Amino acid sequence: MPQSSPPPSSPTLSFTLNGKPVRLRQESPTTTLLHYLNQSGSTGTKEGCGDGDCGACTVVIVGEGADGQPQYQAVNSCLIPLGSLAGREVITVEGVANGALHPVQAAMVETGGSQCGYCTPGFIMSLFAAYYDGVVDDASVEGNLCRCTGYLPIRRAAQQVTGVQPCDAFASQLSQSSPRLEPWSLIQAEQSFFRPGDVRSLLNLMAGHPTATLIAGGTDLGLELSHKRRLYPVMISLEAVAELQGISQTPDAVTIGAAVPLSQIEQTLTGVFPSLDTMLYWFAARQVRNRATMGGNLGTASPIGDLPPVLLSLDATLTLVSQPDPEEALHERTLPVADFFTGYRETVLQPGEVIRHVTLPHTLSAGAVRRLSQSYKVGKRGTDDISIVAAAFTVDLDGEDRVVQARLGYGGVAATPARAIAVEDALIGQPWSGETVRSLKPMLHDAFTPLSDLRGSASYRRRLVANLFEKFFQESQS
Amino acid sequence: MSAVGTRKSHESAEGHVTGRAVYTDEQRQPAGMLSLWPVMAPHAHARIIRIDPSPAYEIEGLVTVLTTDDIPGENDTGTIVWDEALFPTEFVKFWGMPVVWTVGETEDAARIAASKVIVEYEPLEPILSIQAAIAQDSFLGFPVTVERGDAQAALADAPHTLEGELEMKGQDHFYLETHTSWVVPDREGNYQVYASTQHPTETQVVIARLLGVPSNRVVVTCLRMGGGFGGKETQANPYAAVAAIAAYKTGRPVRVKLKRDHDMITSGKRHGFLGQYRIGYTDEGLITAVDMDLCSDGGWSVDLSPPVLLRAVLHADNAYYVPHMTVRGRIAKTNKVSNTAFRGFGGPQGMLVIEDAVDRVARALRLPPELVRERNFYRGDGETNTTHYGQEVVDNRLARIWSEAIASANFAERQGAIAQFNEAHPHRKRALAITPVKFGISFNKKVYNQAGALVLIYADGSIQLNHGGTEMGQGLHTKMLQVAAHTLGVRGDRVRIMPTSTDKVPNTSATAASSGSDLNGQAVKDACSTLLTRLAPVAAKLLELDGPEEIDFIDDWAICRTYPSRRVRFEAVAQQAYDDRVPLSATGFYRTPNIYWDYETNRGRPFYYFAYGAAVSEVEVDGFTGCFKLRQVDIVHDVGESLNPLVDRGQIEGGFVQGMGWLTMEDLVWDEQGRLRTVAPSTYKIPTIGEIPEQFEVHLLERAAQEGVIYGSKAVGEPPLMLAMSVREAIRGAIAAFGQASAVPLASPATPEAILDAIEGVQAATSAAETRQPVLFD
Repeated sequence: MPQSSPPPSSPTLSFTLNGKPVRLRQESPTTTLLHYLNQSGSTGTKEGCGDGDCGACTVVIVGEGADGQPQYQAVNSCLIPLGSLAGREVITVEGVANGALHPVQAAMVETGGSQCGYCTPGFIMSLFAAYYDGVVDDASVEGNLCRCTGYLPIRRAAQQVTGVQPCDAFASQLSQSSPRLEPWSLIQAEQSFFRPGDVRSLLNLMAGHPTATLIAGGTDLGLELSHKRRLYPVMISLEAVAELQGISQTPDAVTIGAAVPLSQIEQTLTGVFPSLDTMLYWFAARQVRNRATMGGNLGTASPIGDLPPVLLSLDATLTLVSQPDPEEALHERTLPVADFFTGYRETVLQPGEVIRHVTLPHTLSAGAVRRLSQSYKVGKRGTDDISIVAAAFTVDLDGEDRVVQARLGYGGVAATPARAIAVEDALIGQPWSGETVRSLKPMLHDAFTPLSDLRGSASYRRRLVANLFEKFFQESQS
Repeated sequence: MSAVGTRKSHESAEGHVTGRAVYTDEQRQPAGMLSLWPVMAPHAHARIIRIDPSPAYEIEGLVTVLTTDDIPGENDTGTIVWDEALFPTEFVKFWGMPVVWTVGETEDAARIAASKVIVEYEPLEPILSIQAAIAQDSFLGFPVTVERGDAQAALADAPHTLEGELEMKGQDHFYLETHTSWVVPDREGNYQVYASTQHPTETQVVIARLLGVPSNRVVVTCLRMGGGFGGKETQANPYAAVAAIAAYKTGRPVRVKLKRDHDMITSGKRHGFLGQYRIGYTDEGLITAVDMDLCSDGGWSVDLSPPVLLRAVLHADNAYYVPHMTVRGRIAKTNKVSNTAFRGFGGPQGMLVIEDAVDRVARALRLPPELVRERNFYRGDGETNTTHYGQEVVDNRLARIWSEAIASANFAERQGAIAQFNEAHPHRKRALAITPVKFGISFNKKVYNQAGALVLIYADGSIQLNHGGTEMGQGLHTKMLQVAAHTLGVRGDRVRIMPTSTDKVPNTSATAASSGSDLNGQAVKDACSTLLTRLAPVAAKLLELDGPEEIDFIDDWAICRTYPSRRVRFEAVAQQAYDDRVPLSATGFYRTPNIYWDYETNRGRPFYYFAYGAAVSEVEVDGFTGCFKLRQVDIVHDVGESLNPLVDRGQIEGGFVQGMGWLTMEDLVWDEQGRLRTVAPSTYKIPTIGEIPEQFEVHLLERAAQEGVIYGSKAVGEPPLMLAMSVREAIRGAIAAFGQASAVPLASPATPEAILDAIEGVQAATSAAETRQPVLFD
């Protein structure tokens, strides 16, 4: 039995801020980066909401790109606890101008991209990260709200700096950086923060600290840190756990580690699952996708999570791992996503158990010759909104265009993400036609009993449940 | 050269992009600075039974709890009417109303202590809608009626009439910088206030009132604001006042910076309105009469609701001549935040109602809406070019702007393409709409139409510029620097703009009503001209010329007009002026001429001039979801002779997008207990870059100098917001394309749900009409 060692403990929390080392002894590891920056006099980074929704606090960290290379990544500093930064490099708006203005700064000045200027530091950092990726476009700043400009001059600035292959100090600094995180821990009197490097030490830590809070990207948990300043006595980061990383592809399936950031999934799997591509496009914004993970989106078990409908429609399975006895082998179990959610924000996860990976099969069902698959998200705002209803559909058709298998996954219509199973069953053997779809709309309309809330009425949700499926049919015909 | 009319980046742009621009709460904190946190009421309407702050004192770092007993002066921050207790003594009037505030050594201490304060309430029945307020006769202030002719008689005589109702929601300002203030007391009874306020003088007056001291003991300084949009005109005052009370009580500097949810829960917003109208019209779509009721949701106190309402009433004509028009306005008193100024100040709400009606007329007659709009424009001279309140539409540029917008948008050709698209797509519909804007420029409150400036020249030739306007991103300081540099004939970098401060320019007006550049620009120019009249003789003496009339100040030189090679640098003139004991500082002043308003008859000439614009928007609506996509925007807008085309374009683009947000996605939701449910950007959605079409063209109207305004320019802050009505009207056009209905009622904001409801309404009306068709060929 290979023994795992706990992550090495350090007396300080160290990271690099604008090229200078920062060593903190007293600071709580669950203090957010934004709070730390502002308290220590770095006031360039602004708090617009403290929710990760406005982007004013955007900073750049060096993370791992989809190609495994170091990458400048825009993140919301209001959501990221200092513990997650140990060993990382952080760049803020104060560190961008190197004597002269950085090209993204100069472009924003030239185009009139700032008016009141309060959102501007966040835009600068989003543009900065994208500049070193070579593609600066609308998507680069989709997570940054501006109330003054209407975004047009910012778009013009982005167009001025896109497509460049920078060879400046930041580019060379990046090439020398290592995005890999080492195991690490900080044990203080009141709080501990662990970052184990393998799943055994993760499970050991969980066994030793049964009330510990797990954190991956922290885009959901960060709200507790930011707003409520909640102090977690023990926090365990999943970011360095090797077994939770990586995306592997076989002819039959794709396996995604639970702690893989969504932006990596986005880049690695483009074109593999159209419905996943679509939903990731609509999923929050760049800053959030750079941190949020698939495991986190499942683990929080929100009924309005964007990914569960997609996973439901693709018959994805989850593999959970635990270690009932430290002397024994790891215990793994695999179950369909549909069986994972047990109630509002409740799952089958047992104490001491974590999501290891998600597997998405891409084999057609028996007898099928082609697959139609797409996802939809309706919110009050097209981009970066929480869905009123999200839906994902997969329909396998035989040679005569009859339905062999159908999966209709929905979010926002029940206490958990859910499938319209009766309609799925009714579709089997039916011709894939407008008549079939329209005949099932009343059944879909009544498939769930959604609630009315600030985002939309129950009536609207019911209509969307039915209409989105017809929309899917119409689009499949064109 | 920073002459006026050049494209110049924002004076703080480099500070913005480097993070070095300092906002109120980012200054170096003085030692011992305290922080504030509110204790907020959990009821929309309640009687306060008991307040027990004592448990809060168990929290380490709690300094004190502020209550009404701590106010040495008047417990009231009201402006037009004194009806706003800073600390409510008896009643809670809206959900989240701060009842007391805690003062802590740190914000954390104040926050934790606030959660310990015990307040007992007796909940009372709240009034939560305009309709409920009307039913219970709950109003603020006085009703107002503006009329011309006899609308009732004209409606009775009209060939056609129709009636309609439009309820529109309000809008949160969502400035990125939440409300914030610092108050630093000295030991001699004086208070230095730093506030994110659009109206430093009013903040000063309110603080002085609460402290019971004369205004001269309070200095209010506004460095810059991270956005205002009207939300920091009066609404900044109470937060600054709480900090002042805390500073008075503790003798220490105090800061307050609201969390986003506290800001959205406690501060006033754009007024929601209920509009009801009857409109009479001819077969050709000419409007003969309008009878309109406007009722705004004022919230719990008066605040700026009366002038907001008046502006709504005065803009209920938008660009249209209505021979007989009656507009009645009232302000509902409800248990919600006290609604306030927001870019447009009632104008958008009044205009939206008439645009709703005009579209109804067009569809009832099966005429193109753009044709009906154009036919009803103010036109000619005299009566047909005079508003319902008796002011002639001076320098009417509507027709010119309209035809330029139609042409630049390629309107007719795109209409054809859209018809083809709609024919081919049963589940997606596109539409194009053009709407006009005519917006009156000046404060309705005459006294506000004045401004002051103070310009200081130092002996080394460097210059400080002070004026009464505040910078909230709109580029006012940039324009004022241009005006000063242009008038003095110096390089722009010679002039430093100073933070707006009540000890430099007293008795200032709010930076509001789009008036910042018009008013302060003239005052700056006046001060600079005074200085030039003093410097010219000095320069003439230096150049050994006969008299000062020989001197021009250009490009940092004093130049002899007839022999331009005889010149002397500006700093040499400044030094000589000092040596000659010539005063090097001057104030400037301006008051807008020729405006008046008769509050008895509700007629007059309230506006110095009008700003005009037109926008063409194309949308596509999805019939399955009600989601829409804005595909293209073409704008022609009149900014006069632009002081700064970069800044003006930014105002037009930004105003349009903000207006689009109000009309389509920004959806304030209160629940049945009066709790605001949309208190963060996770639930309240302002536009992102994803909502902005690739094709977005802005044309500034050319050859458009406005006589009598600073260097021929025109005000630009508010008018472009209303260009976004074209988006709403285009959505209505696309909804109409899903059927054959003669009316398209659409809720505001036009969220996907509202649009889907409207589509289904149109489809139902169409099929009902079809079943009613007589069978002719049976």
